[in-house]
Amino acid sequence: MSKRAICLALAVSLLLTLGLSVASAAPLSQGEAYTIVLGDWLSKIADKYLGNPGAWPAIMAATNTKYIEDPTFARIENADLIYPGQKVWVPTAEEAEAFLATYDPGQPGLLFGAGPKGQVVIGSWWTSGGEAAGLSGMFDIYASKYPDVEIVNGAVAGGAGSVFKGVLKTRLIGGTPPDTFQLHAGLEVEGYSPETYLAPLDDLYASEGWEQAFPADLVALLKSYKGHYWGVPVNIHRSNVLWYNKKIFADNGLTPPTNFDEFFAVADALKAKGIIPYVLANNGGWEAPHAFESVLAGVCGAEKYRGLWTGAVAWTDPCVTQALENFKRMVSYANTDYSALTWDAGAGYLIEGKGAMFIMGDWANGEFTKYEFTDYGWASPPATKGIFIALSDSFALPAKAPNKDNALAWLKVCGSKAGQEAFNPKKGSICARTDCDPALFNDYLKSALADWAVDAIVPSVVHGAAAYESWAVDFKNTISLFVTSGDVAATQTALQAACVDAGICQ
Amino acid sequence: MTTQRRKRGREVRWSRVLIYAILTLSAMFYLMPVYVLVATGMKSFAEVSLSRMWDPPSGLHFHSFIRAWFGDPGIFRGLSENFMNSVYLTVPATLISAMLGSINGYILSKWKFRGSEVLFPVLLFGLFIPYQSILIPLVQTLQKMHLYGSIPGLIFVHVVYGIPITTLIFRNYYAAIPTELVEAARIDGANLFGIYRHVLFPLSMPGFVVVMIWQFTSIWNDFLFAVTLIGNPEVQPITVALNNLAGSFVVEWNVQMAGALLAALPTLLVYIFLGRFFMRGLLAGALKG
Amino acid sequence: MRHLNWERAVSVLLLAPSAIAIFIFVYGFIGFTGFVSLSNWKQLLPDFTLVGLRNYQRLFANPRFQIDLRNTVVFTVLFLASSLIIGLLLAVLLDRGIKGEGIFRSIYLFPMAISFIVTGVAWRWLLNPGTAQAGSTGINLLFEKFGLGFLKWGWFTDPTVLYIHPDSGLGQLLQRVGLGALAHPNLGMSVAIISLVIAATWQMSGYTMALYLAGLRSIPEELREAARVDGASEVQILRHVVLPLLQPITLSAVIILGHISLKIYDLVVAMTGSGPGFATDVPAYFMWETTFQANRFNQGASIATVLLLMVAVLVVPYLVYSVRTEAKI
Repeated sequence: MSKRAICLALAVSLLLTLGLSVASAAPLSQGEAYTIVLGDWLSKIADKYLGNPGAWPAIMAATNTKYIEDPTFARIENADLIYPGQKVWVPTAEEAEAFLATYDPGQPGLLFGAGPKGQVVIGSWWTSGGEAAGLSGMFDIYASKYPDVEIVNGAVAGGAGSVFKGVLKTRLIGGTPPDTFQLHAGLEVEGYSPETYLAPLDDLYASEGWEQAFPADLVALLKSYKGHYWGVPVNIHRSNVLWYNKKIFADNGLTPPTNFDEFFAVADALKAKGIIPYVLANNGGWEAPHAFESVLAGVCGAEKYRGLWTGAVAWTDPCVTQALENFKRMVSYANTDYSALTWDAGAGYLIEGKGAMFIMGDWANGEFTKYEFTDYGWASPPATKGIFIALSDSFALPAKAPNKDNALAWLKVCGSKAGQEAFNPKKGSICARTDCDPALFNDYLKSALADWAVDAIVPSVVHGAAAYESWAVDFKNTISLFVTSGDVAATQTALQAACVDAGICQ
Repeated sequence: MTTQRRKRGREVRWSRVLIYAILTLSAMFYLMPVYVLVATGMKSFAEVSLSRMWDPPSGLHFHSFIRAWFGDPGIFRGLSENFMNSVYLTVPATLISAMLGSINGYILSKWKFRGSEVLFPVLLFGLFIPYQSILIPLVQTLQKMHLYGSIPGLIFVHVVYGIPITTLIFRNYYAAIPTELVEAARIDGANLFGIYRHVLFPLSMPGFVVVMIWQFTSIWNDFLFAVTLIGNPEVQPITVALNNLAGSFVVEWNVQMAGALLAALPTLLVYIFLGRFFMRGLLAGALKG
Repeated sequence: MRHLNWERAVSVLLLAPSAIAIFIFVYGFIGFTGFVSLSNWKQLLPDFTLVGLRNYQRLFANPRFQIDLRNTVVFTVLFLASSLIIGLLLAVLLDRGIKGEGIFRSIYLFPMAISFIVTGVAWRWLLNPGTAQAGSTGINLLFEKFGLGFLKWGWFTDPTVLYIHPDSGLGQLLQRVGLGALAHPNLGMSVAIISLVIAATWQMSGYTMALYLAGLRSIPEELREAARVDGASEVQILRHVVLPLLQPITLSAVIILGHISLKIYDLVVAMTGSGPGFATDVPAYFMWETTFQANRFNQGASIATVLLLMVAVLVVPYLVYSVRTEAKI
């Protein structure tokens, strides 16, 4: 052969060798199967193919996932026990990286191909009773649609989320949030620095057509922070309901009061008979402020009430003074052990016939149902006829959710007709959507549904809709103190100061 | 002389009666809450009520205990699934932190070097920090160490925060062991390890008992670290499951009380059966001054 | 005792892991908390711009925090006093060779095994007062059943605060001396806190009893015999011989119980909540709420720092004292 031909052949073979070695050193463009030989271990394979011995969990998970579809692959029970001849699947570098980002040594299930679609961790404080049952109903719907996803119920109990919020916020800051969590619709979301920690859901709303499915007032509430949607609502609760024991009223020939004068007349009549006219609870620190927000709305009216939270109306307004005076008088007719009673114990007083009237949200209805108590009636708290103080539970999406797709799927279930119909009758609330079947709901909820259509909707502050959380906490603390102190002037000053502190009032 | 003795005999008897009376009344005070827990736990749902709390249950119903243990599918988890998590957490953490405390106490009491007198109070101060205030940096640090969300991570945290109390107990305990024993072993040619193995460790039992009982109780009963550092309910210890039994809004008191009793059973058994070793350990000098 | 060089090195090495761990997980985190208390972190997103001592100024001006401080001091004093006294009393009685001592000891000791949460739940039921109209519950109900109905009171629902009223004799006197500020509810005592004290004492007095019993048993009988021979009565022996010897135990019990009482949280959550007019509120409870509900991480950190300083005031003198006494030996 001529010298030139030899040089050419050498050059070609050199190039080929170079090309081949480059190709084998390059990261896999798609995953590939690899058969174990003697002397191999997972971290060595990970080092060789992915350049990172710590990526072995990705190989283990990918192999176990492959095994489900194709049993010729090995099922690796123990990462330290692999045998020559086992076929493993090495994922691409990107797939491995993606897996490692969500890998949690505390969840060994992740290594066993928990379905081709992983997990979804759902955080809330709904741990028992009707709430858990409602949540469970939604889980069933989710499971039927996505059977391969493992649903992890990350609920933590503790009055109105006090424990859960601590855990949640610690985890959000730490970068390991659950996939989704319970959030009140409205301004409560401000405290979560949503631009940093949450994902806006505007696209989801558009694709699911929710702006048409949810009522306009609710949509306005959902968008109230920075004009983005941060959560998907599952329900609407009503805060201003006056529950009363029908037997006590009938025995004393009384009718439910519609304004404050009638309220005090009824209270006087009952007090004379030795019955607790008005049941007050405040063990959780929010039940009394909850009653007060009804009084505030009743005295100030819907427009002014809204204005108090937007800064249009100052808290030094005389309607606030009057509301405080009225509430002070109501407290004088209440049971003295209010600080020992949580809201459900307060409802219990009504059930046992110890007290006549109780202002509490419509979740009290669930309590009555649970105890099979039927002798109750409902009315609007004094002067709030035509006003619907609304709150809504929603689910949000953290920006760093480990299983984002599964979480989005959950959000879709939350906003769907089937999901809401499964959830709300058990929870004791009405659907956020306007197209749920009314026949599924009991008498009280049917009336709430009717009111929702015609009443003036105002946001609840005690339940995260009307104000930032820090302001809501100040409001709750101020009113809790007022229940004991009765100092109208100091309380009103404190309420105004809280508004200034929140940056809403001047 | 005899009249005096007889008089004293009668006085002594009266004072004996008084002593027994006080002790028995005190015992009733201590047992009152147990009665409430047990009686309420054994009542049916309809019977549970604050106004009838002193009434004994209508019968020995164990269904709330069963329900608390096994849970109600779809409504709440039972305690059984998390019981083993607590065991996997508490047993290793107790053993490790006891060993660590023993070694620390040994060095600090018998091998004083320059600065060890200062190091001891410095270590001890860790006993006093409020844990709620360090949750956020703790979570972030554990994240970086890849220990977040797992039982080993929780074991690590409890061992670290157990260092002050275990060191305190062992140091005081070993300080009470006379130096002559150590000197004698020294003369026999034992070194740092030898002295520990042959002199101090054999004498350490009462100290270990006190430390292990104390650590077992506080680790088993811990709620704050358990709920914050582990997010997966499958991995959480029993204290979190117990808290969830309460429910955020709707509370079933009989199930809650039954659950509380079940969750407290291991530590209760430890105290009831090992209580006298605890006393012996205290007598031998642990936890003194 | 001569230490070999390698032994000296190994001693330090063996202590090193603990020292490093405490350095990071205690002092490092305390430093971080202190830093946050000087910052403007008021939302989930950390904001470390420094604002000086403003957080502390606002904190001490906050009426709820003033009440918390008052509650902590009152609770600590009452809890320590009752635990020590009851523990000592039971120990002295048990030391007299009682039949069934083991059973009594187990009964007094077992509450220590229970978590504060369970204790809180049980005592919440026991001390729930009920109402005049609806009927009594809990211990009030027991009082009624045994004809002691006059003893009923509101327990942890009672908002009464005992304080020196500015118009009273003592109040006038204080004002004249320029200490009028002392005649304020925030420097008084809320009666509701007695409920917490009872529950906490129930839980921990077994521990003090065990400590004192061990202490009593370690007092050589010769000392007591000598005093008896000199003609002292049992009570005098207790006062002049026994109690002084128990002092180190009292001191260490005060430290352990003191720090528990300053950090008390679980018991308050499970039993009383904040109470009427924050009568049973404590700094740790306020700290959790302000950090994780109101998102005021800076205020939460400042509460934590204040708590730490309070603990340090209690503990550091003891540590210094114990180091000095050791050095003397």
